[in-house]
Amino acid sequence: MLLITCPFCGPRNESEFVYGGPVKPPRPDPATRDDAEWTEWLTHVPNPVGPVEEQWWHARGCGTWLTIWRDTRSHDIVGAPHDGG
Amino acid sequence: MPQRYSLVSLLRHGLNRHTTWAPAWRSPQLKDRYDVIVIGAGGHGLATAYYLAKEHGVTNIAVLERGWLGGGNIARNTITIRSNYMRDASIPFYVKSVALYEAMTRELDFNTMHSKRGMIDVIQTWGMMRDRRRRQHIMDIHGATYEQLSVAELRHRVPALTGGGPEARLPVLGAFVHTDAAVNRHDAVAWAYARAIDAMGGAIHQQTPVTQLLRGRDGRIEGVETPRGTVRAPKVVIAVSGHTTSLTETLGLKLPLRSMNLTAFVSEPVRPLIDVIINCPDAGVYLSQTDKGELVIGGPPDPGQSYRRDIKQGVFEETVASMLSLFPAFKRLKLLRQWGGHLDIAPDASPIQDETEVPGLFVTAGWWGGYKAIPAGGLTLAHLVATGRPHPLMEPFSLRRFRHLDYQMETGTTTAR
Repeated sequence: MLLITCPFCGPRNESEFVYGGPVKPPRPDPATRDDAEWTEWLTHVPNPVGPVEEQWWHARGCGTWLTIWRDTRSHDIVGAPHDGG
Repeated sequence: MPQRYSLVSLLRHGLNRHTTWAPAWRSPQLKDRYDVIVIGAGGHGLATAYYLAKEHGVTNIAVLERGWLGGGNIARNTITIRSNYMRDASIPFYVKSVALYEAMTRELDFNTMHSKRGMIDVIQTWGMMRDRRRRQHIMDIHGATYEQLSVAELRHRVPALTGGGPEARLPVLGAFVHTDAAVNRHDAVAWAYARAIDAMGGAIHQQTPVTQLLRGRDGRIEGVETPRGTVRAPKVVIAVSGHTTSLTETLGLKLPLRSMNLTAFVSEPVRPLIDVIINCPDAGVYLSQTDKGELVIGGPPDPGQSYRRDIKQGVFEETVASMLSLFPAFKRLKLLRQWGGHLDIAPDASPIQDETEVPGLFVTAGWWGGYKAIPAGGLTLAHLVATGRPHPLMEPFSLRRFRHLDYQMETGTTTAR
């Protein structure tokens, strides 16, 4: 079971949360994108063997949505990968 | 031809103290070139190689397996064979697969211990009842059996189901029985296909992981890289449930798949207690009893993508609680072992079987409960690989459907609720 840190409630058991899917890039405006870009956004999600960013809902707690990075090989909650620099 | 298995051969080899049996398949040298490479000696990879050789005369085939024969997802499922799906496109495919499984023992001369025991869906909400009535009408059209049972008939048929009474949070409202459903022996399926492939000239190479797909200058697939060396072929088939995107991404090819871990566990053996497969879609648990007497119990997948192969404690507890709500007597059962299998799932929960945008590279993936689909999935993929045209049963499940947003939204999977 994961121990997920809620920004308001602190570390809480996974059983208080509902899984909300992997984080996708922001929804593009289909009118300004070509079909390939639009259908890729609709159908593709990152599927790494390693850290993935995902959303969880603290449904049986304070009700907030949060994101974590979780390693798909171990279920370990890990830090966000550095964005360059 | 391999030696026939029969009572006569059993007696003859028995007189020789069973020292004279020929191996069921050989372990030939790995060549550097084949007509077709199949990555993954799981059910789908083996069935594809079998039908390529049997139906299309393609026998210069290598099936490359990372682990050992019968050690992948073909051993990590709940051996349920059924065709009670939802979509017009899905049901004929699964009806065909069930029929091929029923004929397998005779066709491959290998006892797969096929047991056509039927499956009962226990219904506990009116929404599910409506879903199943709708499925019944669609299944009637395509020749899959599905009949409603009353609560009294259900309790008579499954005496161990004592929970879910009128006072329960989810009282049992009725049930549907799918008499085509069966279980069989998963090892026998792998071994029977391997023996048949070997007899027709195909080669199965265990302990041969593929680390990289190779693409030629013309953009076509050229072969694969393995620790045992480079192997070339003009056609390569990916049949590696759960790890499909890991392989295609070695060529920068993205596919609409998420990898998940679906788990099951087994109780100690007990006396014959349940003679059908029980599926409880509202409670979120399904189970059947093996010939050895163990109860094989499955529940929902882990939340989120996963490459682990063990059960999450939360999923395990939830599944056990669901089971005990309907089968309270099982509280005293000891549980012996558990396993997980990596699956990949498309956004519409239907399979993907197609040639990718890399010419010569074929993929069979997105099998959510792919065990039941093994024979028909191999039949249709062999047809596509050999002829270049999709098999009519698989045509709706191409990659094109995502470009055209022509989804095949499927709810017939047991646990994708």
